[in-house]
Amino acid sequence: MFKNIKHDFVEKRVGWLAIFTVLTISIGGLVEITPLLFQKQTNAPVVGLEPYTALELEGRDIYIREGCNVCHSQMIRPFRAETERYGHYSLAGEHVWERPFLWGSKRTGPDLARVGGRYSDEWHYVHLMNPRDVVPESNMPGYPWLAENTLDGEYTAKKMEVYRQYGVPYTDEDIAGAKEAVAGKREVDALIAYLQSLGTALQQQAN
Amino acid sequence: MSSFWSAWIIVLTLAFLVFIIWLLRWNMSNYTGIKEGELMDHDFDNIVEINNPLPRWWMILFWVTIVWGFFYLALFPGLGSFQGLLGWSSSNQNVRSLEQSREATQERLDAGLIVQYDREMRAAEAEYGPVFEALSQRPIPELAKDEEAVEIGQRLFLQNCAQCHGSNAMGGKGFPNLTDDAWLYGGSPEAIKTTLLEGRRGQMPAFSGQFNDQEITELATYVLSLSGRKVDPELASAGKQKFAVCSACHGADGKGNQQLGAPNLTDNIWLYGGSQAAIEETLQNGRQGVMPAWENILGEDKIHVISAYVYGLSNE
Repeated sequence: MFKNIKHDFVEKRVGWLAIFTVLTISIGGLVEITPLLFQKQTNAPVVGLEPYTALELEGRDIYIREGCNVCHSQMIRPFRAETERYGHYSLAGEHVWERPFLWGSKRTGPDLARVGGRYSDEWHYVHLMNPRDVVPESNMPGYPWLAENTLDGEYTAKKMEVYRQYGVPYTDEDIAGAKEAVAGKREVDALIAYLQSLGTALQQQAN
Repeated sequence: MSSFWSAWIIVLTLAFLVFIIWLLRWNMSNYTGIKEGELMDHDFDNIVEINNPLPRWWMILFWVTIVWGFFYLALFPGLGSFQGLLGWSSSNQNVRSLEQSREATQERLDAGLIVQYDREMRAAEAEYGPVFEALSQRPIPELAKDEEAVEIGQRLFLQNCAQCHGSNAMGGKGFPNLTDDAWLYGGSPEAIKTTLLEGRRGQMPAFSGQFNDQEITELATYVLSLSGRKVDPELASAGKQKFAVCSACHGADGKGNQQLGAPNLTDNIWLYGGSQAAIEETLQNGRQGVMPAWENILGEDKIHVISAYVYGLSNE
């Protein structure tokens, strides 16, 4: 019985079935992802890239907490239709210290990869409180509580230490001064500081 | 890419392709010894299996994808460091700066290779470059009367400037109205263009440390009186005594100074509101108006056209 049915072998041995399945679905990752982990292209920062300051780092966490990345991407693709509006296309070297990256995959709002320096802090403040005050057709929600909540900076130094373990070049002074740099600041100020830092390393080289 | 990882990719990709071909061929032959359409010796709880071949259409599609895969890997970059026969690449990802990016593009072009992004930009430059080039040669006041130039300028304005200044360019609290005749940094064509190219940093200092609440109220009252508002004359004259501090930037007559971006206080145009409370707030906390610099983002030619649009808003 079953003498000629060769797939019988894996159908009756669930361990082998699992091994073959894992092998098969791993090939794509082994070819496309694994080499990237060891490439200069994805590991070396672009010229002038600075790690986030303590305040910017807290702003980034607020960005994640409020789910900004759900509607805003941070990845400008190399098409003219995008670069005309958002600026130079994103380079891998700009994101080497991003953990996790916030490239996003959906744009309900515009891409923010190079929003740094594009608007004034004042504009960001008004816009975050109620976007329709400055952009009447906007469908972005307001975030008024960011102006009320303040940061205590309790975990800022810890976060920076963790990032340093991942290779972000924070100095001891950066970490020692982290709590002081953010304690008492409003969340909105941290978020604006983060937004104003986005994509600026490459922008400042233009021309 | 190091040769190890290049080899890693090439070997794994090709080996897997060969494996798939073998798998497919193996499944195309009837190795069971049972005729097509007949019951196989495979029964579970009265569920039986018939020896049916794989559907022909599915088989053909599978072969097509394999053949397509080989063509793709031959023409486009996919196999490690092999660049593909077309010499095609989408953009320069393996660069550390814009300078390197430009060099890499030039290198590839010199070698007769294709950089897709660069090609798209060149095509656009060939089409739109001369248009902006021609516009940038003409003086701004002339452009402001040219219907086509104004239309182009308006498009650019709506895309880049309207977020702060509004789609009607009339601004809002903290964001100047561009349609009136009041200019913080000057309304000449050159001044407008400079503002756009380099940006502006407004600096109204906070006076809460220097003046107490009563004095701030007096100053605000005097400032209101400058634009002809009916105010308490006693408070205003008390404020006038202290206005010397303000006159350093706003001038003794309060008419402002466009070199410093100090607004005219006598024209009844208020960037942050003209109520007693709003002016007191300005005096207490100061104001920091920021106009971003656009030269690196838009380039001078486009800024020239936007300048003409803005200039035309208040100069019919």
